[in-house]
Amino acid sequence: MKVSLFITCLGDVFYPYVGKDTVEILERLNCEVVFPKNQTCCGQPAYNSGYHKETKDVAKHMIKTFEQSDYIVSPSGSCVTMFHEYVHLFDHDKEWQEKAQSLANRTFEFTQFIVDVLKVENVGASFSKRATYHTSCHMSRLLGVKDAPMKLLENVKGLELSNLPNKEICCGFGGTFSVKMVPISEQMVNEKIEHIEETDAEVLIGADCGCLMNIGGRIERQGKPIKVMHIAQVLNSRG
Amino acid sequence: MPMKIGDVEFFGRVDKGLRNSFMRNAVVSAQERLKGAKLNAAEELGDWEEWRNLSEEIRQHTLENLDYYLEELTENVCKQGGHVFFAQTAEEANEYITRVSKEKKAKKIIKSKSMVTEEISMNDALEALGCEVIESDLGEYILQLDDHDPPSHIVAPALHKNKEQIRETFSEKKGYKKTSKPEELALFAREQLRADFLSADIGITGCNFAVAESGAISLVTNEGNARLSTSLPKTQITVMGMERIVPTWEELDILVSMLCRSAVGQKLTSYITGLIGPKDKGDVDGPEEFHLVILDNGRSNILGTEFQSALHCIRCAACINVCPIYRHIGGHSYGSIYPGPIGAVLSPLLGGYEDYKELPYASSLCAACTEACPVKIPLHDLLVKHRRNIVEEHGKGTFGEKLAMRGFSLAASSPKIFSMGSKSAPTVMSPFIKDGKVKKGPGPIKPWTDIRDFPEPSKQSFREWFKKRDKGGDQ
Repeated sequence: MKVSLFITCLGDVFYPYVGKDTVEILERLNCEVVFPKNQTCCGQPAYNSGYHKETKDVAKHMIKTFEQSDYIVSPSGSCVTMFHEYVHLFDHDKEWQEKAQSLANRTFEFTQFIVDVLKVENVGASFSKRATYHTSCHMSRLLGVKDAPMKLLENVKGLELSNLPNKEICCGFGGTFSVKMVPISEQMVNEKIEHIEETDAEVLIGADCGCLMNIGGRIERQGKPIKVMHIAQVLNSRG
Repeated sequence: MPMKIGDVEFFGRVDKGLRNSFMRNAVVSAQERLKGAKLNAAEELGDWEEWRNLSEEIRQHTLENLDYYLEELTENVCKQGGHVFFAQTAEEANEYITRVSKEKKAKKIIKSKSMVTEEISMNDALEALGCEVIESDLGEYILQLDDHDPPSHIVAPALHKNKEQIRETFSEKKGYKKTSKPEELALFAREQLRADFLSADIGITGCNFAVAESGAISLVTNEGNARLSTSLPKTQITVMGMERIVPTWEELDILVSMLCRSAVGQKLTSYITGLIGPKDKGDVDGPEEFHLVILDNGRSNILGTEFQSALHCIRCAACINVCPIYRHIGGHSYGSIYPGPIGAVLSPLLGGYEDYKELPYASSLCAACTEACPVKIPLHDLLVKHRRNIVEEHGKGTFGEKLAMRGFSLAASSPKIFSMGSKSAPTVMSPFIKDGKVKKGPGPIKPWTDIRDFPEPSKQSFREWFKKRDKGGDQ
């Protein structure tokens, strides 16, 4: 099965190791991974800030970039959600709306792809740590991917997974919200970290680099000993 | 603008809210309590999503035929001896209500809880006339005694106050001498209010839903105060937003169930009252005169626009009760009597962007509100639409932001520029990196690093790594 990887801008620049783990897992599951090199960003920063004309240009570019791909897989629920959102950007442009719909139909979040398309729930990982999982809002609420990451994590050997209290509450990232509304975002991420601490986890696992950058950045600023990892890193662990 | 609370600017209000640790504790514990109650109440009903779909359909159908149902309602109210007044603005509504009060030579007016009368500042208009207006909902009564403190929640207006504060208010304003036990406080308020119910000349209520087919209005409370406000005084005035209407009792049944379950996690509240016009010959209680004021105040401008679904709102506050922003800043920070996600959508629609331009940004777009809404208003989507209007139609984006977004769009549509940018990131960021982290970032990263560390751009980007490996390859 040929899979086109959409790495996302954060993944490309700040978290290439998440991309590497994603590629290795997919290849182990007999996928041929290709990287359409013209890919850029999903356009979410502009879209959520209200710059929709500008987002349309980005959307058209990404639609063209992935036009030939059978399956598009990305290690970010939020960016995949944005691909699904393109359809609404072209409400008055039938031609592009159809193309946007086709893009959405072919695009999957990484864990969703493994569980729902490849029908695999055990990727053979082992990771002996106490951990808890952060459900990203866009991925769970808007994309509707709730069970896939949990199924995969439950089958990780040695992983002691505990439930994160108030897991459905946003971590305070929200893209530009995190820099436009700093005092509010600060209280939200503080509360998230308090809940993570309640679980006594050594590791916080998530499936969206945006949330992880926010929670991880605040944990580091507070000097707390909690490690933040993307789910691809955990699923590619063998120790 | 009557809807507006105070003159402090947005971040000043937020700062005040964040410092109010008592209010924050109260909000968090209310959200936690209501979350569980609502989940149970929804589960009992069976397929909650089906009920939401049905409720949305009812609201859509009603709004698409609003002119028809309003006419039917008006005919039926008049047929039963009531008076109907259509108020286009808050001023027109207040003018009518004060005129009726003057005609009745009213000295004392008893009120049940109503957000729409808050929206038009009706109490101020009546007080200017010399009437004494008494709020009979316990929460509103407390706020009124406390020097007209504005409501901070659309269902529980005094959510931001604790029992100690309430005891202080009662003792300072009414000579209360007992403890802060809720039962004793409630009993005291009840005794005080009973005398007011008996002596009021006019009773004023809001309206949860009007029923077009019968010309009835329905009132949903847990205190029974709306029932008393409508049975003792000789004149009743009911004020409703023009969208708060259902075609028949059948739809009322469904929406009231959704309202009670979503608002407070109850199957039904203690009192659900359906009232038709003034009392008939032979009725022992009820008003001799009934006036229905139907308020537009900007609502008809929303009809037919992409914001129409905001008028689906049944004022249950489910969105407020799950909102992580409201959770920390509380209701007053929104600067509108309509707080939380629905307030952030509705306030700019009814009151304009000038006063409420920050509200659409006071959301992380986590969509908890959209998921909670029993009539399926896509609240987070509407907030994004507001942001688009602010930027594209009102040109209110800052110059720097516009420039940044044009630059972003240009780069993200051009792979060459984009990869140049990502390649240069490590070099550009290198002066700011200490121990592999950015502690004090430049430009747009500065607010980020005010409270968090920013990661160091990787020396080798993912795309460079992928290009160099022997498998897969670029496409």
